[in-house]
Amino acid sequence: MAEVVTLNNPSAKVSSATKPVAGPRGKKPRPLLSPRNIMIYGALLFAAAYYLLPLYVMVVTSLKGMPEIRLGNIFSPPLEITFEPWVKAWATACTGLNCDGLSRGFWNSVRITIPSTVISIAIASINGYALANWRFKGADLFFTILIVGAFIPYQVMIYPIVIVLREMGLYGSLTGLIIVHTIFGMPILTLLFRNYFTALPEELFKAARVDGAGFWTIYFKIMLPMSLPIFVVAMILQVTGIWNDFLFGVVFTRPEYYPMTVQLNNIVNSVQGVKEYNVNMAATILTGAVPLIVYFVSGRLFVRGIAAGAVKG
Amino acid sequence: MTGQANAGRPNQLLRNLHAKIASIPMILTAVVIFLGGTLWTVFYSFTNSKLLPRLSFVGLDQYERLWAAPRWLVSIQNLAIYGVFSLIFSLVIGFLLAALMDQKIRFENTFRTIFLYPFALSFIVTGLVWQWILNPEFGIQSVVRSLGWSTFTFDPLYNPNIVIYGILIAALWQGTGLVMCLMLAGLRGIDEDIWKAARVDGIPMWKTYLFIIIPMMRAVFITTLVIIASGIVRVYDLVVAQTSGGPGISSEVPAKYVYDYMFQAQNLGQGFAASTMMLITVAIIIVPWAYLEFGGRKRG
Repeated sequence: MAEVVTLNNPSAKVSSATKPVAGPRGKKPRPLLSPRNIMIYGALLFAAAYYLLPLYVMVVTSLKGMPEIRLGNIFSPPLEITFEPWVKAWATACTGLNCDGLSRGFWNSVRITIPSTVISIAIASINGYALANWRFKGADLFFTILIVGAFIPYQVMIYPIVIVLREMGLYGSLTGLIIVHTIFGMPILTLLFRNYFTALPEELFKAARVDGAGFWTIYFKIMLPMSLPIFVVAMILQVTGIWNDFLFGVVFTRPEYYPMTVQLNNIVNSVQGVKEYNVNMAATILTGAVPLIVYFVSGRLFVRGIAAGAVKG
Repeated sequence: MTGQANAGRPNQLLRNLHAKIASIPMILTAVVIFLGGTLWTVFYSFTNSKLLPRLSFVGLDQYERLWAAPRWLVSIQNLAIYGVFSLIFSLVIGFLLAALMDQKIRFENTFRTIFLYPFALSFIVTGLVWQWILNPEFGIQSVVRSLGWSTFTFDPLYNPNIVIYGILIAALWQGTGLVMCLMLAGLRGIDEDIWKAARVDGIPMWKTYLFIIIPMMRAVFITTLVIIASGIVRVYDLVVAQTSGGPGISSEVPAKYVYDYMFQAQNLGQGFAASTMMLITVAIIIVPWAYLEFGGRKRG
């Protein structure tokens, strides 16, 4: 009876629980195995199994030999673990006449992703800064066009860009592709930075102005050091986005510069030769590895990045 | 006197000069690429450009040819089926998962990580994995058959009638995690007192969700809807990786039609007309939303 009274009367409990280690706080704890919990966790575990299944199948398949794949089912763990498919996928798998594996695509993707990420973030952060603190006449109009442009299907703008790049002599080169990534990363990144810089206290900016600091001084000495988190979010967004791109890679580069995704697709969906499913799955994991590592390492920041990108868009 | 005037009213062009110089890439992108490029494509869709863009106008010929092409009609039909189901299922699954995640569960971060990781993967990787799982010779079909049910048939990627649903399965696997995250953020934004009030009034939980919480999350739903919808119109890589449009032309989509006509069939005019149709589709989705958003901001 006494227990019931304290449970129903939180104020009594709080007053008696001034010692830091006294009793549970907050809500009444529910028994762990109530029917409600079994249903909730059951449903969540079932869903988790569905989401994890493809990753499991990929890993398991890539560790089997081809004879075992032909005999067994795709869900059974490998009887004999072999890393040969991984080696082959990386170094000797063929696309057309080239037989140097995915490694070429990997290095192309690295050479595309790093400069594209750096340049697109540099330009977008300055755009966002100008839009937040140095608004000039017409700035909002250009910004609106930019944001509306983010919704236009890429297919509509691809051919004009091909022409522009061809005129500049950059069509087919890595530089051309880097420019394209910078262009199409601009709307979302500019929005991200503009919102972030707008939320910073304006007094800081005004104080720096009074001290005689100009556009670039304020950007480098005040804004940049204060906004490292948003730069990390932008980096996550860009690295995964650019690494995963397929359309721009296939349209704007020559075969020797194809990024990893394009090469992966060419290896797996090539019509010649015997299908080697274990090599295909190893290649698929290798291509997915970079964004997956970024995702697992960044954790909450990744969620923040997509939420910032999505909800405000 | 003149000095004062200069100080009070500096040259409009030179004002914020650095900001203007720094914004040149943005201005060029917005005006030349986004606005100019779009108008250029729409303009050239009225010409009969083949290998190279040419200015010989043929009126609406390209559009008539487009809407008479079986492949385009299949593409549109696929996009419609894929779009409707993908919208419904991602919203329902995403919301259900978010509601489950919102029950003050343990290991929330682990579950979130698991539900969201496919979103970090590219459509190419997604398509290739599901191509393998749905492979009738080795995948789910063969596993179920080996369990004794020897007539079990599940080969969406090889059956022209249901191939688009095979693509849908892969797309939902990749994208529902994002919807879940957006919905969860929406649920977390709802005042705890509303739940308390509903509990005091003895309203069952499902009713609270259906009649109180969901209407309150209208803004989140609309934003999510726009994000999913503009992704649907763009679907391309997934189809290329999973089926390459096959069997036959049964899983073609508009974005692939555009690419193939522009860069492979060397029939630019058709590509421009098809991409203009994509633009119109997006406009139909975006314009009412932008109008609502804009109106809402004015009121607020």
